[in-house]
This record gives sequence, structure tokens and C-alpha cells, in this order.
Amino acid sequence: MNNEITGAEIVLKSLAEQGVEVVFGYPGGAVLPIYDTLFKQNSIKHVLVRQEGGAIHAAEGYARSTGKTGVVLVTSGPGATNVVTGLTDAMMDSVPIVCITGQVPQHLIGSDAFQECDTTGITRPCTKHNYLVKDVNKLSSVFHEAFTIAQNGRPGPVLIDIPKDVQFASGTYEEKNKIIIPSHRLFEPSPDFEKNKIEEAVELISKAKRPIFYIGGGCINSGPKASKLVREFINMVGSPVTMTLMGLGVVGSSDKNSLGMLGMHGMYEANMAMHECDVMINIGARFDDRVTGRLDAFSPNSKKIHIDIDESNINKTINVDVPIIGDVKQVVEKMISIWKDKKYKIDTDSLKLWWDKINKWKEVDCLNYNNKGKQIKPQYAVQRLYELTKNTKTFITTEVGQHQMWAAQFYKFEEPNRWLTSGGLGTMGYGFPAAIGAQVGHPDALVVDIAGDASILMNIQEMSTAVQYRLPVKIFILNNEYMGMVRQWQELLHGGRYSESYTDSLPDFVKLAESYKAVGLRAKTTDELDDVITQMIETKNTVIADIWVTKEENCFPMIQSGSAHNEMMLSKDQKQDKKSAEKGKILV
Amino acid sequence: MNKSVYASPDQVSETKRHILTVLVDNEPGVLARVIGMFSGRGYNIDSLNVAEVSNDENISRITIVTHGTSEVVNQIEKQLLRIVPVHSVTNLDQEGSSVEAEVALIYIYISDTNKKKVYQLCDLYRARKIENENNTTIFEIAGASERVNRFIKEINEITKVEIVRSGPVAISSIQKN
Repeated sequence: MNNEITGAEIVLKSLAEQGVEVVFGYPGGAVLPIYDTLFKQNSIKHVLVRQEGGAIHAAEGYARSTGKTGVVLVTSGPGATNVVTGLTDAMMDSVPIVCITGQVPQHLIGSDAFQECDTTGITRPCTKHNYLVKDVNKLSSVFHEAFTIAQNGRPGPVLIDIPKDVQFASGTYEEKNKIIIPSHRLFEPSPDFEKNKIEEAVELISKAKRPIFYIGGGCINSGPKASKLVREFINMVGSPVTMTLMGLGVVGSSDKNSLGMLGMHGMYEANMAMHECDVMINIGARFDDRVTGRLDAFSPNSKKIHIDIDESNINKTINVDVPIIGDVKQVVEKMISIWKDKKYKIDTDSLKLWWDKINKWKEVDCLNYNNKGKQIKPQYAVQRLYELTKNTKTFITTEVGQHQMWAAQFYKFEEPNRWLTSGGLGTMGYGFPAAIGAQVGHPDALVVDIAGDASILMNIQEMSTAVQYRLPVKIFILNNEYMGMVRQWQELLHGGRYSESYTDSLPDFVKLAESYKAVGLRAKTTDELDDVITQMIETKNTVIADIWVTKEENCFPMIQSGSAHNEMMLSKDQKQDKKSAEKGKILV
Repeated sequence: MNKSVYASPDQVSETKRHILTVLVDNEPGVLARVIGMFSGRGYNIDSLNVAEVSNDENISRITIVTHGTSEVVNQIEKQLLRIVPVHSVTNLDQEGSSVEAEVALIYIYISDTNKKKVYQLCDLYRARKIENENNTTIFEIAGASERVNRFIKEINEITKVEIVRSGPVAISSIQKN
């Protein structure tokens, strides 16, 4: 038949029709036909990473900074197993990803062939859905369904495993609009979605005396309009608002209602307000254990409203009074219109008392740290980075650990989608490839990976990628020669026995950068810091800025595991009571 | 509540047996997705049954017997619904509102001394003889799990047996309570 094309061509055609502009990948035996087709076209750009793990984090960074779906292309066997961490990361943080893996030809499946693995079996629990495509004629419909599933409802990763013979086989292509996806395979809110519940929720908010909005990453996934609506509604209510690690940027840091981040290393005032509120409005957050602390002491006297697109998040760890299943922007839009229609107004006297109380908590000045001497404090380094980049369009990514928490505490985000961090899975090595992905999506923006000396080494090979594609990503290493967060926990919970958390023989990061033909900078004292940051920003090249910071600084405030929101530790001198410390030790 | 160490000790309801019936697209890997969710999240499967129930639409019905508190079972239902090929999940309450049945095939070693007792018992429980060879008979018994349990207990007291059971399947009752 004339209109038949090869499986590999169907793959590229599907991607093009889905509006894909860039694919992050690494070639290998079982995907050669697709790479061959890629070679013959110009519409889709390919970014060659140095390890498949980098490809998927780059796709995550691209997806989260642009709002589009990230696409990954890797080979069978080790190619597929190397993306497992990234798939799990995307699953936990609800990032839309389509990952294409090659598979050995069908007649070899099950024979322990070279570079064979049970890809769909391995990735089943870490994808929203996955496919092994055995029929070339189903390839295009699988692709279109995969993109829809990745973006629909709560976004997530979808994997398509394609045996090599299917890539070579000829078949017909079906266009996107010809594919009908049965409704049970997607999340579709009912037309009058939870109308009664929304009315009940708005009435509850209107009667609140001590309300607090608790905002999560779902607001970012719902698109920029959701953030606008959430801000508008919070302003109408006049309520304080706190954000999770994933929700930073939904409400601007400078917003008068913002109390900043909550949770384990969140703001004292935010956690206290969560503990003492009478109405909690959770929008797109999931009562994660980093946020709630001890469950039996979590916000004991509040009525809780929970808006989430994923029903399984409702009553999973915290029982709520008014659950609403739906997309944030639709639900909040409805809430605003009900609030206006009913001319609701919150009791201003109570609200004033509530704010007075919160302002008292703010006086504790929980982020205060001792900034004396020539040595650079990690907190100060992030503060200076913020001051010197705040007028530039800046994307911040992080790795995982102390530097991540300091970035969340001291870098002020005014807009959504500018902050990319691995929240749920806590993947060290996420930040640098994610920064590469964000830079690919925003070639003219400033992209900075705030990193630790240990985390950055987990995907340092991507230096080669950044330089090859002339991506001027900045790596800002808070170098304390420790796995800082591990060291902090060992100090607080394991008697200061720093088992394997000190890194001897770190590379010379300046020379490391230079060896990749990038630029290496170093600041050893506070005097050098601003110059290094300025130089880093002005360099039109990939930069590693090695910032030598105080080695044994701890990240405070902190709710130790097993403690409640009102039991925050503000400094090292304040010990947790022994009983809950022992209980907390077994927690993560 | 989940069983995380963060779990609150209060509000733990009673652990009960539940029968879940799950309609799924009959596609490769769907059973693995369902049971993988159970093992991955630490839920229990007491028995499991799967068979295609509509030829034209390619739909299978999975019947799962599990036990847990109502919070856990509620969470199981929601987690099942997240699986893409799952159409619907129904929790058939154990008592009253559903009808359940299972099949057991039983190898019974018969001797002259126990022959009479065995046949009496099989008659009583309406166990059907399927095959008979030398001193061994295969009986089939169908019905509610409790009835099958009782039969097995009693036959065990008489003679040596070997058993295979399907585990229950269930459907909602016409007479709802």
C-alpha cells in the first residue's frame, strides 16, 4: 500500500503531530531505526545526553519549565533501566513525560537476548501507564493515547516500548483527531463537578476565623491561569497562605498574604498557622509526610477542605471534611464566582486577630542565622544569588539536600514554573540535567542549578551535554565537602557519628569545568562572592561556580521526624524531647 | 489510614474481609498492574480470580478478596481506579448485599472403612463426583466459601484429601439490604 510508512517514521510523525520540538535521548542497538529516521528530518531537535538518567531529568526540567510534555528516547536494556529513577521522580512529582524505549525484536523477547530486559514489567509501578507495542498499525494510536494520558488529570510519565522489528515494519499512520480514547482510561470530571461540595467549601471559608491556604504543586500543574485564580481568591478572602516545596511561586514571595514554605524546613509562622488554623484550604497538595509531621498532632482543631485532581489523595493520610475532586483552575474559578455571588465577606475582626498572632510568630525570625566572619554562609550565598538575579528571568533548579532547602527558604519566587526541584522522590542528581532541559526550553533565560558538592557529582557527566549544545547553564555549588543533610541528621540523631558523609578527594570544580571547556569560578570568602556571582551571570557559557561555604552549618528551622508543627526546632541548642526523638529516629 | 510510621494511632477501624470486583480492559499486563498495586503498596490479597466476561468488548472481571480497615479498603479502591485499563471498582459488602460462590475440586482417597461416611457427607453437601479410579475419587463442590470450608473440614476428619479451590467470585445481590 502506498500510504504505509515504517514504524520508526510513525514514531517521528506522531511526535511531530503532538507538537514535540525536542527529544532528550541516547542511541543504542534497539532504537537505531528511530535514530535513522531522526537523522533524515529537521523538525524535531534531539539533545544527546551522556547517560540516560540525564535525559529523563532534562525532559522533566523542560516539561516543568515550559508546561509541555517532555520526551525521552533511549535504547533497550540498560537504556531503559537507567531511566527508572527519572520515571519514578516524574511519577512522584506529577511531571508529564513520554518515554520511548527500544526493545529487542519480538522473536527474541523472553530469550534473555543481548540488552533485553522486561521494560514494561520494570516500569509498571513507576509510570502512569506503559505499552509494549507489538503491532505497527497500533503505534500511532498508542502514541496519541500516551500523550493524552501523560497530560490528563494528574500528569505523569508514560512509557512506550517498541521492539526493533516493529520499528522496521510498515504500517499506516492515524492522525490524532481520529483516535478515540475510551473515557474510563482518562480522568474526566463530571459536568457539574462537585458543585455542592464547592458551595459547602466556600461557605466554610466565609465563616472562618483563622483560615489558611495550603498550596501545592497541583496549582502549578493546572497551568499559569490556576496560579492567577488562586492569588485572586486568596486576596478576596484576605487569608494567609503557605506553599509546599512544589508549590513555591504559585503565590509570589513578596505577596502580603504569603507566609512562605511550610513543612519540615518551612517557616515557623507557616507551620504554627497550620497548627492553629480553624479552616485549612488545601489546593493541589497531598499532605505529604514532609509537610504534616506527626499525623496525630496535625492541625488538630481545623476543618479541612482538600482540592485534588487525584481522588486517591483524598483521606490517604489525613481525613478531610470537604473533599473536592477536580482541576484547580476550574474549582477555584467556581469558588470565586460563588464568593462574589453570595457577597461573602470574612469577619474582619477575627481575621485581624489572626494576622496579629501570625505577625507575632514572624517576629521569631526563624531564618535568622549567624552571618559573621569572612567564611561564606550557605544561606548568605543563596541570598546574594537572589539579589543579583532577581531582575533577570531566572529558573532555579536544585539537587537534593541542605542546599535545596536553603534555596527554597532564601530564594524568593514570584512566578510559577520558575522553580524545579525533586520533591517527592528526592533525587540527588536531578538539578543539573533539569537545568539543561529548562535551558533548552528557554534559551534566553538565566538557568541556575543550586547544587551541593555531593549531588552534583551524581550527574556531572552532563557537563559534556551542556557544552556541546552551548547551553549557558550555571551550576552554583554550595560546597561544604559533606553530604550536608546526611551529616545534619547524623549530628542530630546519631550522636555526631559522621558515617560516610564526608567526601574526601572532591574534584577541583574549577579545573573540572575547564576540562569540559566550560568556565570555572570559585569564591572562598564573602568578599569574593558577589564578583563570582556577577561573573557567573555575565558569562555566556556553561559555568561552575564553586562556593566554599561553612562546613557544618545546619538547615533550620526544622521539624524533626516524629514531631508536630508546633514543635519546631529553631536552632541546634534546642533539643527535641527524648521520647519523640527516639520515635522519630526510625522515620525517614 | 495507611500503615506508615507517620500514621496516627487513633481512628483505626475494624479489619474486615471485603470482596472487590474490578472490570478491566482485557489487555496484556492488566493483571500485573492490579496485583502489583497491591504488593507495592502493602495491601493484602486473600484470593484472586480473573476471567473474560464479555467477548465483544474485551472486558475481564477480576474478583479480589482482601481484608483491611475501611480506610485501607477505600484507598485500595481509589488506587485501583488510577490504573488506566480499569473501568470500575465495586466493593461488594461481605454480608447481605452480594452473592458469592467458589468451586473446589477434591481428590478423596477412599477405603472400605470410610466409603460410606464419605458418600454420605458428599450427598449432604451436594458434592458431585467427577471421576472415579481405583481408590480415588474426584469430587466437585460449589457454593459459598463458608460451606466449602465446612465440607473440607469434615472430609478431612474422615480421610486424606487433596484440594484445589478457585477462591470466591461474587456479584451484587438482587435483594439489596
